[in-house]
Amino acid sequence: MSVLVYTESENGKFKKNAHEVASYAYEVAKQLGTTATAISINANSAGDLGDFGISKVLIVSNEQLKTFNAKAYAQVIAQAAEKETAKVIILSSSADTKFLAPILTAQLKAGYVPNVVSAPESTSPFKVKRTVFSNKGFAITEISSDVKIVGVSNNAFGSAENKTTATVESFDPSLGDDTFTTKSIEIDKVVGKATIADADIVVSGGRGLKGPENWGMIEELAEVLGAATACSKPVSDLGWRPHGEHVGQTGKPVASNLYIAIGISGAIQHLAGVSSSKVKVVINTDPEAPFFKAADYGVVGDAFEVVPKLIEKLKEFKAQNA
Amino acid sequence: MKILVCLSNVPDTTSKINFTDGDTKFDTNGVQFVINPNDEFGLTRAMWFKEKQGATVHVATVGEASTEPTIRKALAIGADEAIRVNAFPVDGFFVAEQLAEIVKNGEYDLVIAGRESIDYNGGMVPGIMATLLGMNFINTCISLEIEGNNATATREIDGGKEKIATTLPLVIGGQKGLVAESDLRIPNMRGIMMARQKKLNVVEPTSSKNVTTDVKFEKPAPKGKVTLVDADNIDELINLLHNEAKVI
Repeated sequence: MSVLVYTESENGKFKKNAHEVASYAYEVAKQLGTTATAISINANSAGDLGDFGISKVLIVSNEQLKTFNAKAYAQVIAQAAEKETAKVIILSSSADTKFLAPILTAQLKAGYVPNVVSAPESTSPFKVKRTVFSNKGFAITEISSDVKIVGVSNNAFGSAENKTTATVESFDPSLGDDTFTTKSIEIDKVVGKATIADADIVVSGGRGLKGPENWGMIEELAEVLGAATACSKPVSDLGWRPHGEHVGQTGKPVASNLYIAIGISGAIQHLAGVSSSKVKVVINTDPEAPFFKAADYGVVGDAFEVVPKLIEKLKEFKAQNA
Repeated sequence: MKILVCLSNVPDTTSKINFTDGDTKFDTNGVQFVINPNDEFGLTRAMWFKEKQGATVHVATVGEASTEPTIRKALAIGADEAIRVNAFPVDGFFVAEQLAEIVKNGEYDLVIAGRESIDYNGGMVPGIMATLLGMNFINTCISLEIEGNNATATREIDGGKEKIATTLPLVIGGQKGLVAESDLRIPNMRGIMMARQKKLNVVEPTSSKNVTTDVKFEKPAPKGKVTLVDADNIDELINLLHNEAKVI
């Protein structure tokens, strides 16, 4: 009766969030007095999951599963849970996993709690803490079903090393013909660049930047920091930047280590969406901008003067600390 | 084509969030309720299906009588008929089971729900509903075209987007992109008057039970004071981010 964790991989290698969910699964397993097993689809090996407390890795190698398919992936996880008689399943908060989670929930008649920020408060009854009201509050939620599914927030629990030796077992799920009823036609994805979902640093621009032609310095700052670029809601509504960059309550949530807001005043919806970021820096001409009340560090000044200076100084800093 | 748009009744995005009854309940005092923004994009997309492809559009919500102004707004925007399941939406699984019952009885071809509600952020209702009904499902949907029985959708993925082909019957979890913010509609006087004549059916819930319970709420810890750095002293900002915050 181990704890099962779905560890996502891409091109055979585990994604960054795999370490965090593995660490979380180990913590839950410890509390329940059992071990943690990972289920993985088309990963090349167990990788370093053993370093994060995973005792066993089930690896599915299947050409049909080369491209993500929510229904098929949910079936794989459901069958792995059955094989391991797992009563607790740990998932990440990636877009793909949030897609398959409700399918898995319905298949297993489970209780599913997403956006969980810390280890269970107790395991009997099973209670977890999650964000609600788009990060404006927290709830302690009890799961009363037999099978429990916990979706762990990005960058909240963190990764913790627990040296274990992971054994590898291949797992061959049975997937019926009625599984692949949605077909991926085309994937348009930025490669080699950090995404808002998994970047350590996010650099975000608002209406204070006056127009899309001024985004060059935002992109350059992001490049120097190895950061993802984002924007406020008005900027995406004006069509200055793509919708995929909109962060806030109705856009994407941000849970990076560092969030730099440039020319963003800080509407309550925006602040809610980025509040899970650990450290927030604001650069704005208006010292009364609400963002200064939510930020850790602030610079009152014109972005067109401050940002180029910041880029130059960061380049010097990077050169010295390389 | 028969479409059901699922609506959640949520606090307006500008709401300050407070809790009451010893932090066990959301404090609705002074809170303005609206159609969940992710659902409203879907409702507008459904209106286009109605106007351009002759679809029939119904809306459904799971909520107590206090949610009726939100449903009336959807009727004023142009939905043909509404259904309210007379129950407090205790958790996502419960809501999905109630809506699945409506879909089954109404024989809908397409069900449009929001990818998540902005209050409890569960993000599970459309996916559970689709699975219970054996319908196809696409989440975080940012564009949707239907031709006959075939659907082409685009979904947002981490760092990009994916185009998907599937068939009806279909459930989507929609969001901004299905239509743009500027496409959203404000009900006009004629719409509001017509909405009064439209059917709003109230049905009692099925006997399903919740599997999760919020036992207590907390507000985030108050934020410490911001450290201001002079615009002429960017070296200091880098120093603080490196040595104090340790994020670069």
